Amino acid sequence: MNIFDIIGPVMIGPSSSHTAGAVRLGRVANKLIDDRKLVRVEITLSGSFAQTYKGHGTDRALLAGIMGYHSYSPEIRDALEIAAARGISYTFLKQNIKGAHPNTALIRYFTEDGAEGTMQGASVGGGNILVNRIDGMDVHFTGDNNTIIVMHHDKPGVIAAVTQVMHWQYADLNISSFFLSRESKGGNSIMTIEVDSLPPEDLMQKIREIEHVTNAILVRRL
Amino acid sequence: MLKYESVSELVEAAEKRGIRISDLALEDQAEAMETTPLELYEKMEIDLHVMWEAAKTGAEEGQRSMSGLTGGEGFRMTEYVRKKNGGLCGPFLGKAMAKALAVAGCNASMGRIVAAPTAGSCGILPGCILTLLQEGAVPEKDAVMAMFTAGAFGMVIANRSSIAGAQGGCQAECGSAAAMAAAALVELMGGTPAQCADACAIAIANQMGLVCDPVAGLVEIPCIKRNVSGLMIAFSSADLALAGIEAKIPADECLDAMREVGDALPASLKETAGGGLAATPTGRKLQKQVFGS
Repeated sequence: MNIFDIIGPVMIGPSSSHTAGAVRLGRVANKLIDDRKLVRVEITLSGSFAQTYKGHGTDRALLAGIMGYHSYSPEIRDALEIAAARGISYTFLKQNIKGAHPNTALIRYFTEDGAEGTMQGASVGGGNILVNRIDGMDVHFTGDNNTIIVMHHDKPGVIAAVTQVMHWQYADLNISSFFLSRESKGGNSIMTIEVDSLPPEDLMQKIREIEHVTNAILVRRL
Repeated sequence: MLKYESVSELVEAAEKRGIRISDLALEDQAEAMETTPLELYEKMEIDLHVMWEAAKTGAEEGQRSMSGLTGGEGFRMTEYVRKKNGGLCGPFLGKAMAKALAVAGCNASMGRIVAAPTAGSCGILPGCILTLLQEGAVPEKDAVMAMFTAGAFGMVIANRSSIAGAQGGCQAECGSAAAMAAAALVELMGGTPAQCADACAIAIANQMGLVCDPVAGLVEIPCIKRNVSGLMIAFSSADLALAGIEAKIPADECLDAMREVGDALPASLKETAGGGLAATPTGRKLQKQVFGS
């Protein structure tokens, strides 16, 4: 915690959990979508999100985050209209996700190149979030730290290769948390690596070049 | 490096060096965040400017919340204070109340605010500091610094007790904001670090047990008006401390008590819209009006 966690954040109201946190959840999806053109999103709202989303602008906040806006962007208010103008179609479904935190959203996105993906996370209070699942696989990160998400095939040596690049090329980069999840043996896997400092710009590219890695994304400290 | 686990730590460290708590916090946070004091000061200056904008936006005629339940409070109060020479509380406090309403209203209508410490309690600190600034009572530099004092107290409150309504009730949100603002006001008026702590303690003591019972679960009723009561407690607590009236229970013990009281509150009174004003017949009716169930 630092002093700007108390005097701050600068945010669009009305609620740190139902508005600012929702934008941050959307922003994680935005990082996953990356440079691809988004054409459609289906957002499932669970628990308190489902009950109160209209009064808190949670729908606008999630959509704004998905489009890359920040929790302090005045565009959040007009996010539905902005999405329509950008040719992004959206639907909001109210459905309880079993066992999920009360403020949970599941975002399913479709891009112009025919790809799709999902991200599920919860707004856990004070604008803080917890991302639980990406593309159906368990992840575990808060956005409080810079987080590297590495999607790869479950093969021996991939973790070693990734951490080796991190260590040998950027000795100052310290891992604070590491979490691995996989669909099946030999199948798609995800590493969630939280680091203390901001990784250099070219690290993601270097990780993407590693054999069996399909993608690497940096989710900057939100 | 400071731990921000007790108010007494802040007071002792500042008094030992003969500096303000804001100077201490600025220096410490610059070190902790690996940056320069100037950079942090400028960041806080931006926060102050966002507060100005929020106070302006929220005082506009026709301001409405997203749900439509509230709106226009900042405008009405500003008009009243202007026409009635401040009303019962006088021009200074009248303007401060109008600012707190305006900033809280700006939040409810999806405007840009600075959470201080939360969005629901975001009107209290700007209501206090911006009014002193506007009335020419303090230079802007001191006002920005006072926000570091407010922040330092807020960090202790967050560490030792809570700043979340869902965890500690409204005492943790509007109560904490009032305590932070009270400490900042004392410093702005030339009080000692110990007097800042007294003001913090008095403000906490005066809001002990306040429950979080938002109608329909929205940050509007009663949150917007509680920003005004929090602001009034901040000013009165600061004046008491500046008059040399000591808090009989030290700030740290008040915070421990607030935590215990927060833990003892049932879930229905901690931001779940299950009790208090939210559960009144009118509260339920308004909830139905917004959400249909």
